[in-house]
Amino acid sequence: MITFTMNGLEVTVEEGTTLLEAARFYGIDIPTLCYNEGLSVYGACRLCLVEIGPPGRSRLYSSCTYLAAEGLIVRTHSERVIRARKMIIELYLALCPSSKTIQDLAARYGITRVRFKPKYEDCLQCGLCVRMCEEQMQAKAISFVGRGVDRRVGTPFDRQSDQCRQCGACMYICPVCQARCQGPQEENPVCGACLNLSPPCLDKHEDVMCYLDPCVACELEGETD
Amino acid sequence: MQFKKVLGLEVPCGPGGMTTVSLLQTIQEEYGYLPEEVLQKAAEETGFSLTDLYSIATFYKSFSLVPRGRHRIVACTGTACHVRGSDSVIEEISRVLNVKKNSTSEDGEYSLECVNCMGACALGPLVVVDGCHHGRMTPAGVRLLFTEDKEKEEAKAGTAGLEK
Amino acid sequence: MGVLPAKLKTSADFYNFRKKAIDQYECNRCYLAVCGDTGCAALGSGDIREHLREYLRENNLSERIGIKYTGCLGLCERGPVIIVYPQEIFYQKVSPQDIPEIINKTVLGGEIVDRLLYKDPASGEKYVYARDIPFYTKQLRKLLAANWQLDPESIDDYVALEGYSAAVKALTEMTPGEVVEEIGQAGLRGRGGAGFPTAVKWGECLEAGGRKFIICNADEGDPGAFMDRSLLEGNPHSVLEGMIIGGYAVGAAEGIFYIRAEYPSAVEKVKKAVERAEELGLIGEDILGSGFNFQVYISTGAGAFVCGETTALVASMEGRVGEPRQKPPHLIEKGYLNRPTVINNVETLANVPLIIREGAQEYCRTGTERSKGTKVFSLVGKVNNTGLVEVPLGMTLREIIFEIGGGVKEGKEFKAVQTGGPSGGCLPSSLLDLPADYEDLSAAGSMMGSGGMIVMDEDTCMVDVAGYFLRFLSEESCGRCFTCREGIARLLEIIEDISSGRGSMEQLDLLQELAVVIKDSTMCGLGQTAPNPVLSTLKYFADEYRAHILDKRCPAGVCRELVTFKIDEELCTGCGACRKNCPVDAIEGDKNEPHVIDINKCLKCGICLSACRFDAIRKE
Repeated sequence: MITFTMNGLEVTVEEGTTLLEAARFYGIDIPTLCYNEGLSVYGACRLCLVEIGPPGRSRLYSSCTYLAAEGLIVRTHSERVIRARKMIIELYLALCPSSKTIQDLAARYGITRVRFKPKYEDCLQCGLCVRMCEEQMQAKAISFVGRGVDRRVGTPFDRQSDQCRQCGACMYICPVCQARCQGPQEENPVCGACLNLSPPCLDKHEDVMCYLDPCVACELEGETD
Repeated sequence: MQFKKVLGLEVPCGPGGMTTVSLLQTIQEEYGYLPEEVLQKAAEETGFSLTDLYSIATFYKSFSLVPRGRHRIVACTGTACHVRGSDSVIEEISRVLNVKKNSTSEDGEYSLECVNCMGACALGPLVVVDGCHHGRMTPAGVRLLFTEDKEKEEAKAGTAGLEK
Repeated sequence: MGVLPAKLKTSADFYNFRKKAIDQYECNRCYLAVCGDTGCAALGSGDIREHLREYLRENNLSERIGIKYTGCLGLCERGPVIIVYPQEIFYQKVSPQDIPEIINKTVLGGEIVDRLLYKDPASGEKYVYARDIPFYTKQLRKLLAANWQLDPESIDDYVALEGYSAAVKALTEMTPGEVVEEIGQAGLRGRGGAGFPTAVKWGECLEAGGRKFIICNADEGDPGAFMDRSLLEGNPHSVLEGMIIGGYAVGAAEGIFYIRAEYPSAVEKVKKAVERAEELGLIGEDILGSGFNFQVYISTGAGAFVCGETTALVASMEGRVGEPRQKPPHLIEKGYLNRPTVINNVETLANVPLIIREGAQEYCRTGTERSKGTKVFSLVGKVNNTGLVEVPLGMTLREIIFEIGGGVKEGKEFKAVQTGGPSGGCLPSSLLDLPADYEDLSAAGSMMGSGGMIVMDEDTCMVDVAGYFLRFLSEESCGRCFTCREGIARLLEIIEDISSGRGSMEQLDLLQELAVVIKDSTMCGLGQTAPNPVLSTLKYFADEYRAHILDKRCPAGVCRELVTFKIDEELCTGCGACRKNCPVDAIEGDKNEPHVIDINKCLKCGICLSACRFDAIRKE
């Protein structure tokens, strides 16, 4: 077992546990885009950053790729982490405003403006589809092509791959394809609609009854009214 | 150094055996670029996945998936060349020869590659045409070099025709 | 022309061989060192060598006068360079036509050919001997000195100049622990950029068990830096010797050179050096009876700047896409083929034989408190003496640029010096007295890097320079980390807005904010240092940014959308050179009458400017 400090608390996890897994085990919410329990870790979306090290000598690392080690001092929500995370979400929002995943994330972190020119891309390059295709579907039909700014997901010679069985797993796992957000306008990439919704339960009940957002039951109830 | 035979080519192997990178380097050396059907055959023969080969071939700059031009122009875009004005030199080459940066002209005559520093910074801006170095280039120098070049070529073609 | 092709089996064999090599070297003191490095070769030094060989043969002088086609002699600006031995007479800008005169007058007659001498641009003084030229006198050429004296392809030359004696000493007289200790006492730090203590790396690797590797990182990708190439081409055996000692010290039986694809001749030179060392028994099984086995492999890069990052380098060597990975685990734990691996830069390894040979104590006499030894810089850009310089660590930038480099070209004003390649920063004239060592450069917002030093003058626009590096990095980033790929693209977007006059002051703040986040949140060294060119120019040249934004003016006249070309009527002679050269026919005017540029048609390509012989065309 490994003991280390997370947000001031002493925590204990099994050897081989990543900091992200440890944080989630202890109920600390760290956002991710490129992480999936069933796939290898990738460390590319940079949302799961945490601050590691004693004050003054600390650095930010992606928690999904960092194994818990004895005596680490980890802060998952420090000022530095939040500042970086907010900027990263703003960059994502400018890149891909049509993803509901991103809009939700932006709402959660209170991002109300985007200072970059919106691009309306359909790919975040989180690499989930590439790993899904290779690791779970054993197809390896797609991969990253090119590098730097020109990097993208594609098939060899941009042709229909013989390896592709059209299983659709890549689309299933994609944070952009799976849920589209129709909210953002041409000029302003912030949707914010979900942000402004009060939990529907409160219209009917004194307490919030569930954590579904939006709650299908409430919505249906509303329709029948 | 050990070698492994693939498609009749000798691929050098390091301590970890043959790698995709050394395989692609060997193919490129043989063909001058990476032809699609050769990559497909190489994938079948070695068991490397074509998807990986393609991904690696597009990641590294020294690999080319299209044939290079008959004349190879390499322009240096290193910092020393940049502060001495390599941008306008390269633009002028593009204009004079009608070839885009890092591609081959439509007639297959010229390919223009931009590389980051060839280490001859004293000569910047540096342009290498078919292995011949031309240092301290200017846009006007480019016009001189290539219009002359073209005329010479044409003249040569002309005399060759006469000899026949 | 090897003296003793048989394999050396003991250290006594080696010393015998060395004696013969020295005798042979002494017999051939009369030779011409022709610089064969890229700069001089591009200017035709290969031709000179051929002509020289031919001339010596025709005149039956081949026996008496030798030729050494050497590595970089340093003063690239004045290439092709020849040094006449034994007197060390320095001839510059030599052409094949000069050869008969050099041979007959200088070598045979003892006279000097005046017109080939180096003339100092500042004082106008002429110098006969290489050792007197200010460019060289201010340097401390510990690693580069041998470049003048040896043929890089001759192991005999190298051995005659004390080569491989350090390896023999280490292998036969020292334990691996003692070697690490000695390197530690010498305070050797990685010359590739970060300056990590070499002995710490080695010590950790020595403790690890099983199969291990030592890798020489020769993926020198910083534009404007060519020290490593010059070392590999000029004196490959010194790097190889360093690797053998390193392999022995860390307990690695396999060494690998990872050489950049763009350096084919370095690959050739190293290949030959390895072959020679194998023939002699300095590489192989049970070297000189020490019981130490060492194999050397050569792996070439495939063209990716990011592969200079050690984890990406390993990925590339293993045949994968060159994407860095998270550290820890460090390469000492999990490196090449998942085995403990040490990666050292070319120059670091070249320092190792020096330390073992002269001892840590002597080595420590050069440098500063925390940065020991010398550093090779490639001094390039708008500087008079472009070339390769080696100085003690801690020499001030002013001394390097003005005393060795001879100041800024054409008497223009110094604006900035860029160190550390794309990961470094631009330092202004107010910091010229900064010592060039690891700590001071980092504290000033730049870094040592591999040693490129690019001088910029008043005609260089700092916003444009920042954009240049961002463009470079946006292409060279592997693209995996979102902050690096998208962050750099956004920085560039803002810089392009500013340099085209569309920028706002809010964007300037955003630039700063984003740069800090990219630095903080990216996985590897490339991304973490990528914003340095932006941050350092923002810090020291904020005025220039403001001029672009508020006045819509590029003070250096570089940013195209903010300059216009004009012809000075007074100076224009109406020769028509500009009109004939203009690609879009934007210039009009009658013969012998002042010409005029049509601003609406003008592409601002600058051809007219370079074509005009009367300085009549101005950028405003």
